[in-house]
Amino acid sequence: MKLRKVTAASAAVLALALAATACGGDSDDDAGSGSTGGTGGGGKIKVGIKYDQPGLGLKKPDGSFAGFDVDVATYVAKQLGYEPDQIEFVETKSADRENALARGDVKFIAATYSINDERKQKVDFAGPYLLAHQDLLVKSDSDISKGTDLNGEKLCSVTGSTSAQNVQKSIAPKANLKEYSSYSECIAALQNGTVAAVTTDDSILAGFAAQDQYKGKFKLAGLKLSNENYGIGVKKGDATTVDKINKALEQMVSDGSWDKAVAANFGPANYKNEQAPKIGVIVK
Amino acid sequence: MFDFLEGYDVLGAFWMTVKLTALSAVGSLIWGTLLAAMRVSPVPLMRGFGTAYVNIVRNIPLTVIILFCSLGLADVFGVTMGSEDFKIQGFRLAVLGLVAYTAAFVCEALRSGMNTVPLGQAEAARAIGLSFTQTLWLVVLPQAFRSVIGPLANVLIALTKNTTVAAAIGVAEAAYLMKTMIENEAQTLLIGAVFAFGFVVLTLPTGLILGWLSKRLAVKR
Repeated sequence: MKLRKVTAASAAVLALALAATACGGDSDDDAGSGSTGGTGGGGKIKVGIKYDQPGLGLKKPDGSFAGFDVDVATYVAKQLGYEPDQIEFVETKSADRENALARGDVKFIAATYSINDERKQKVDFAGPYLLAHQDLLVKSDSDISKGTDLNGEKLCSVTGSTSAQNVQKSIAPKANLKEYSSYSECIAALQNGTVAAVTTDDSILAGFAAQDQYKGKFKLAGLKLSNENYGIGVKKGDATTVDKINKALEQMVSDGSWDKAVAANFGPANYKNEQAPKIGVIVK
Repeated sequence: MFDFLEGYDVLGAFWMTVKLTALSAVGSLIWGTLLAAMRVSPVPLMRGFGTAYVNIVRNIPLTVIILFCSLGLADVFGVTMGSEDFKIQGFRLAVLGLVAYTAAFVCEALRSGMNTVPLGQAEAARAIGLSFTQTLWLVVLPQAFRSVIGPLANVLIALTKNTTVAAAIGVAEAAYLMKTMIENEAQTLLIGAVFAFGFVVLTLPTGLILGWLSKRLAVKR
C-alpha cells in the first residue's frame, strides 16, 4: 500500500513538472512574437555578456568590464541612446542566453554568440559583428600546422562546446581530447605540457594569449577549422531593435571604432582578424 | 515534442552514470568500512588517521576533489591511472575522486550503526577470546550493516547525483550530454526535464528497494 502511494505521488509530481516546463516553453513563444520586450526601466539598459572570457567579455577584479564584446555592446548602447554609465552588464552563460532574452532580462546579448539555425528559431540576431574561426592555441615553439596533425595528439577543449564536437566529428577523430569545464583549466594544462593544443574560436584563444601572464608563451596556429559568425542576440520578433543595432554596427565599422577595438583586445597573440563582416551576411 | 532527442545517445550517457555510480559505490563501501574500522580501532595512530581523513575529505566540495584529481594528480604529478587515453583516464580519476569523497560518508553512517550494537556484545566477544578484528568482523559489523541500510541508501542516492560533477573533467555521463545538447539545441527547459526525469528513474527505485530491505533486515532490539 505504502509503495503504491509513493509511486502515485511521485508520478503526479513528475507530470506537474513536465506540464510546467511545457507551458513555460509555449508562453515564451507567445510573448516573444508580439511585444517588443521591456527594457530595464529607469533609464538603464541591461546587456548580456560573458564574465570569464578575456579579450571578449571579462569582469575584472575591480568590478569593471573589458573585452571586444563589451566594447561593441557599449558602442551599440550609445547608438540606442544610453551612455556608458546607464549600461548594466549581466552575465549570460551559454546555456541561459535564449531564456534571458525571452524573459526580457536583457535587451540584447553580445557574448560570443554564434549565429546558427537552431538558435535563430528562438532568438533574432543582429550583425554578425565578428567572423571568428575555430583554431588551435599551441606553445610558441610547436610545429602543429594543420588540422589532421591533431590525430594522436593531446588536445583540450570545453565540455560540450561546439569546438569539442567539431574535433571529434570531423577535424581529427583520433585526437586524444581532454575536456574541462572552462578554458582557463585548458590553458593551465597547455602551460604544464599535459596537452599539446587548446581548441576553440581564435578570438577567445587570442584573448587568453594576450593576458599579461601568458605573453609570448603561446601562439595561434592560424587554421580556419570552422566559421563562427558572432551576432548580437535580440528577443524573437523585436525587429526594430535589430534594425537599430545593425545601423549602430555599420557605423562602428565605418568610423574606425571597430578596428580600434579589435587591435586593443586581441593585439599581442599574432591574431589575424577578418575584415569586419557585412551585416546579414553569414559565412557558412 | 521530443524530436530534439534524435541523434543523441541519451541511454548511453545514463549507462555511463550507472557505471560511475556502481564502481564508486563498491569502492567507497570497501574504503568506508576500512575507515570505520580505523576509527574504532584500539591503535591511536589509526584512529587519528581515520578521524583526520573523514573530517578533511567530507568538508571539501566534491567539485574541488574531482578537479584536483584531474588538474593536480594527472596534469601536474603525472598520475595516469594506467591509461594515456583521456577518456579512460578521466573516468578512472572520477571514480577515484568519488570513492575518496563518498567513503567519508559511508564511514560515518557505519560508525553510527556500530553505536547501535550494545557494548556488552563487544565485551562478551573479547571475553571468549576473540581478537579485535574478529570482534568487528563477526559480531559488530554484521549487526551494524543491517541497521544502517537506510542511511547508506541516502549516501548511494547522493552518490548517483554526485556523478554529474565528473562532467567537469570530461567524463561523458548524463550531465555532460546535457551540456552538449543545450549548446546545440537551445531547448534548456525540455532538455533539463528529460535529464531530471532520468535521474528520478535511477534513484527512486534505489530508495524504495533499499528502504524495504532496511525494514526487513533491521536487527530488532
